Amino acid sequence: MSVVQNMEAIIEVKNLDLYYGDFQALKKIDTSIEKNKVSALIGPSGCGKSTFLRTLNRMNDLISGVTTKGEVTFEGREIYDQDLDVVALRRKIGMVFQKPNPFPKSIYENVAYGPRRSGVKNKKDLDQIVEESLKEAALWEEVKDRLNKSALGLSGGQQQRLCIARALAMKPQVLLMDEPTSALDPIATNRIEDLITQLKEHYTIVIVTHSMHQAARISDKTAFFLMGELIEQGDTDKIFTTPRDQRTEDYVTGRFG
Amino acid sequence: MVNTVNEKNMEMKRDRQKKIREKLMFGLFTLCMLAVVIPTLLIIGFIVVKGIGTVNWSFLTEMPRMGMKEGGIFPAIVGTLYLVLGTIIFSLPLGVGAAIYLTEYAKQGRLTRLIRIAVLNLAGVPSVVYGLFGLGLFVFFMGFGSSILAGSLTLACLILPIIITTSEEAIKSVPDSYREASLALGASKWETIARVVLPLAIPGIMTGGILGIGRAAGETAPILLTVAAFFIPRLPGSVFDQVMALPYHLYIVSTQVPGMPESIKYGTALVLLGVVGVFFAFATIIRLKFKQMSHLD
Ligand SMILES: Nc1ncnc2c1ncn2[C@@H]1O[C@H](COP(=O)(O)OP(=O)(O)O)[C@@H](O)[C@H]1O
Ligand SMILES: [Mg+2]
Repeated sequence: MSVVQNMEAIIEVKNLDLYYGDFQALKKIDTSIEKNKVSALIGPSGCGKSTFLRTLNRMNDLISGVTTKGEVTFEGREIYDQDLDVVALRRKIGMVFQKPNPFPKSIYENVAYGPRRSGVKNKKDLDQIVEESLKEAALWEEVKDRLNKSALGLSGGQQQRLCIARALAMKPQVLLMDEPTSALDPIATNRIEDLITQLKEHYTIVIVTHSMHQAARISDKTAFFLMGELIEQGDTDKIFTTPRDQRTEDYVTGRFG
Repeated sequence: MVNTVNEKNMEMKRDRQKKIREKLMFGLFTLCMLAVVIPTLLIIGFIVVKGIGTVNWSFLTEMPRMGMKEGGIFPAIVGTLYLVLGTIIFSLPLGVGAAIYLTEYAKQGRLTRLIRIAVLNLAGVPSVVYGLFGLGLFVFFMGFGSSILAGSLTLACLILPIIITTSEEAIKSVPDSYREASLALGASKWETIARVVLPLAIPGIMTGGILGIGRAAGETAPILLTVAAFFIPRLPGSVFDQVMALPYHLYIVSTQVPGMPESIKYGTALVLLGVVGVFFAFATIIRLKFKQMSHLD
């Protein structure tokens, strides 16, 4: 189909180093994230996947003692610029966390939270955003009769889809997901994987996963991290069938990690 | 065979010992609990029994008469209500604000540790010292005179450490995952605090408020130096007026007026308990409301 058009990179990372105090967690990362694709970040625990993901929406700013060097551009704009508006950046780059973390508010208020903060006040507009986002996250049918009930009453899988809906309500361009299914049972995991494949039509998705199956099933691109380094990256089928690096091969065939 | 029987016996013995130990500990803790609860109930019961006969509508709403030996204690009730309200108005926003600064904004390090220790120590300063401080600063230096304003500010200083410490705990107990979720949605830091952190912290903050109110309503020394009057048979016209206040009134009727009927003393004490109880009830309702609102119960 539109292969050529989709080759466009939305995020580019050049020579990225990240330190927690003296400890270097990311070493000279070079990569780019392609628009409307699902990119998977794989690698053993502690190799820096989450850290890398969190550099893309500057969530690492929240941790004291973090230094970032190098270049990260989003739509051509350097995101570590002094005068970049972080709040605006995070509106365009949404995030879903490892453990579902809906606010202890109603389902409706969870989804409306982001739009409200960016100034949507009209009840009709909010209603519409909430409905659309919940539909997009394949949750609408299950919750439409209990929008004002607590989000904490939902099952784990539903909570995670609510968190996805909450992120989608901001109409972001990129959705970052950090092991979004690791706390869920296989059925809930399946639903979220299906959802991700649907979402990539409209969104660029970067997903951290420690499940090789998941990466193979849902991603177009895969990047393999090891001890803070990006060892290999490319089309997912290539990474899984004909990896160039021995370490990648060992990892994807389950020989370590 | 013999072996297993032996082992079985040993096991049963161990189980029995374990059960006895469990029972012992349970009994011990129950005793501790009773040792705390029984005196409290006794004190309250004693005051209720001795005071309830005196407390009626006219006792609550009339001015004192005949050298306070007759009539009611209305001005002291009103005085204490004003003082407690004033204290809350000054201390709650300031204390919560300081707690927000210390937990959410200040860079954690030596300075914040030092401030925390200072605040904790302030909580242990005797209340008469606060009274003297209030007398020097608010009554004389700032020129408020002996007044509701000076008294409320002094009591506010007195309970600020409690408010700050409990608010800090409440704010810190809000999981970071909520802050991250909010910030990741493009909420600013202040929006995150106001919309996510504070609503979840308010029940805990109210606990500090309750403790503070109890102290503010019951303290005698600070108000003696900054606001309380021996006898004023009228209500205050402004915040610059002196007032009577329940704890000081209780002290006066108990020790300063010869021939004071017992009933007036215990009636006054009961009303003081009642006023504190009413404020507690308010704070508890707010607490529950916010708990419900955040769907946490
Ligand atoms: N806040 C932090 N402070 C210090 N070190 C951290 C922090 N977060 C992560 N690290 C370290 O950085 C490395 C990468 O962590 P992380 O990105 O969480 O790995 P992954 O997500 O791949 O499991 C690990 O060695 C981890 O211990
Ligand atoms: Mg991780």
